[in-house]
Amino acid sequence: MSDPATKRPRVGLFATCLVDMFRPSVGMAAARLIEYADCEVVVPHAQTCCGQPAYNSGDRADAKALALQTIAAFEGCDYVVAPSGSCAGMLKAHYPRLMDEGSDDHARASAFAARVHELVSFLVDVRGLSDVPGAFSGTVTYHDSCSGLRELTIKSQPRTLLKSIPGLELKEMDDCEICCGFGGAFSVKFPDISNAMVEKKTANIAAADADIILAGDLGCLMNMAGKLSRQESKIACRHVAEILAGELDDPPIASSDDKR
Amino acid sequence: MQPTSHDFKSNARTALADRQLQEALSGIPGGLVAQRRAARDRLPEFDDLRDYGRDLRNHALQHLDIYLERYEQAVTEAGGHVHWASTGGDACAAILRICQGAGAQLVTKGKSMVSEEIGLNANLEKAGLEVVETDLGEYILQIRHETPSHIIAPAIHLTQGQVEADFRREHSQLPKDRRLIDPAELVDEARQILREKFLNADVGITGANFLIAETGSSIIVTNEGNGDLTQSLAKVHIVITSVDKVVPTFNDAAALLRLLARSATGQEITSYTTFSTGPRRAGDPDGPEQYHVILLDNGRSELLGTEFREVLRCIRCGACMNHCPVYNAVGGHAYGWVYPGPIGAVLNPGMIGIKEAGNLPNASTFCGRCESVCPMHIPLPKLMRHWREREFLEGETPFVTRLALKSWATLARQPWAYHALSRLMSRAMKFASGRHGAFTWMPFASGWTGGRNFPAPQGKTFQELWAAREKQAARTGRTQ
Repeated sequence: MSDPATKRPRVGLFATCLVDMFRPSVGMAAARLIEYADCEVVVPHAQTCCGQPAYNSGDRADAKALALQTIAAFEGCDYVVAPSGSCAGMLKAHYPRLMDEGSDDHARASAFAARVHELVSFLVDVRGLSDVPGAFSGTVTYHDSCSGLRELTIKSQPRTLLKSIPGLELKEMDDCEICCGFGGAFSVKFPDISNAMVEKKTANIAAADADIILAGDLGCLMNMAGKLSRQESKIACRHVAEILAGELDDPPIASSDDKR
Repeated sequence: MQPTSHDFKSNARTALADRQLQEALSGIPGGLVAQRRAARDRLPEFDDLRDYGRDLRNHALQHLDIYLERYEQAVTEAGGHVHWASTGGDACAAILRICQGAGAQLVTKGKSMVSEEIGLNANLEKAGLEVVETDLGEYILQIRHETPSHIIAPAIHLTQGQVEADFRREHSQLPKDRRLIDPAELVDEARQILREKFLNADVGITGANFLIAETGSSIIVTNEGNGDLTQSLAKVHIVITSVDKVVPTFNDAAALLRLLARSATGQEITSYTTFSTGPRRAGDPDGPEQYHVILLDNGRSELLGTEFREVLRCIRCGACMNHCPVYNAVGGHAYGWVYPGPIGAVLNPGMIGIKEAGNLPNASTFCGRCESVCPMHIPLPKLMRHWREREFLEGETPFVTRLALKSWATLARQPWAYHALSRLMSRAMKFASGRHGAFTWMPFASGWTGGRNFPAPQGKTFQELWAAREKQAARTGRTQ
């Protein structure tokens, strides 16, 4: 468990499949923030995906197998932290529901769930962080991703940390709590509806007149960034961890390498 | 009503391209949603009341058999008749029998979603009866030959301009130069037309929001008073409702009414809340000579014993659809059957089958806004997921989806292979995107790229970056 020399808690970083493949800089930013909150970070190699694609498609058997794999991968961690409300919600709220009540697996999943936190909620609610290493001067607006907001009640935490950055101004947009239309497989199965939803979202983003749109979930961010990019908007799209950690070397999501 | 839920995707596309519909739908956030929020904010104990309501409905459903029998007994004692109908066909037949027994020609009708569920109007009309909808929204739909697109605001998909045009076309006997600009003028005109129907009706049919077991009363809530005229002027009153509506006591119904009005329209109480118990008694100044209640099951008791039981708590307020971003985008008709929105996505598969309605529980991002506003705390996303599980188990999930899912799951359970492929994909996609940062077209995701770009990956995976950092740390002798 925790490092006996330093007594720092050992945090297993669940990077999420999207961060792993599409935007590893979010994972590096998350690690930096967790270390800043005086924890040791480990990244188990045996992690892949939280299993939501199977779970939300009705394939409970595969979702359960992936849940057990993830739980095993994070044995020995004091905390399990994910830079995503959706994946953290899956680990925390849904893993126990995949197991038969009263079974050993259910007990394991429940014990595991108790250690799981979404990144920003972990920093604020568990570690009591009130300042961050990031520096940024400009305006941002924040989209509350659905699972983080409604399953994990993440609302004030990112705002608390963002407001601690000198020079950063948070401009709230209208309907920041309404779904962007991503919904995982939904965006592929029902692309027309998904597109109509993200169109409303980007209209609200544009009306907020901020330099950057931030959120805590890469799925939503890819959806919003993809739409903003199609609309040739100048508004940059980043994961909130990037700003908080000051990991701004990579261009924003869906932006060309020339825009840093 | 012939379901078109299997065509949900094309229904949705049509709806998205319908500018009048989109204009009508754009009023929901500032209307019903804002009104509910204001009503909730005015009642500090709103959330406690929700918990109370949930527990109350759970109790009633748990002892449904007892309360239904008690209700039937109370109705009978009050001089009314209860008719049990296990299917829509049974219910229609019972209603037709009552109408024919009374020698009825003209039937007035209050708003009832159960009557939509059983296709009542078409059934009665086929038998030669004239049926007139008396709720303004339903009346508009009747003259347009449409079905409701919302459970409490049936004509929410229409703009005022469309209604004005309908009235001018339909009420050609009225002066052409009359003013029909304010909503009040439209209401007045409908009232004028309907007045004559009320006075001449042989049978009045209403729905019921709740049934009270202890008194045998049925309750309707309306804002137009049409329900009262429908049920008290005709000599026969028929209540068409379903078995899940029964609550134990008068007080229980009162608690639920407080939640219903606030959740539905943001009112403290609807303009009319009407209780009816049996036919006219000796000495009553008015009321029907006959009082009948049709209790429809139509698959509900079957849901009672399943993982879908919680959906039966629904009190039909419509808050879930008002707050649903999918409903707000496509409106109610796209859902292709009686109940639209999140509640329809859970109810309809139980009534018309998962094969017909399978699209509905899939057409959700699981954003959870429906559950967060449901006065009965129905876990709608969870129940939609259960339908997806049924679909998957019964082999109704499309083959391509199933194959993709299985291949992905097999891979995800082999971390080494998974990470190797992720590295490869990340590189290949980064290479293919050049310096653009996003794709304007993607194979297998052309639906996505039809309306937006697809962001390109950064080129290396997080596992790779982390391994490199660890290696670097080991070389420099740091533990971090």
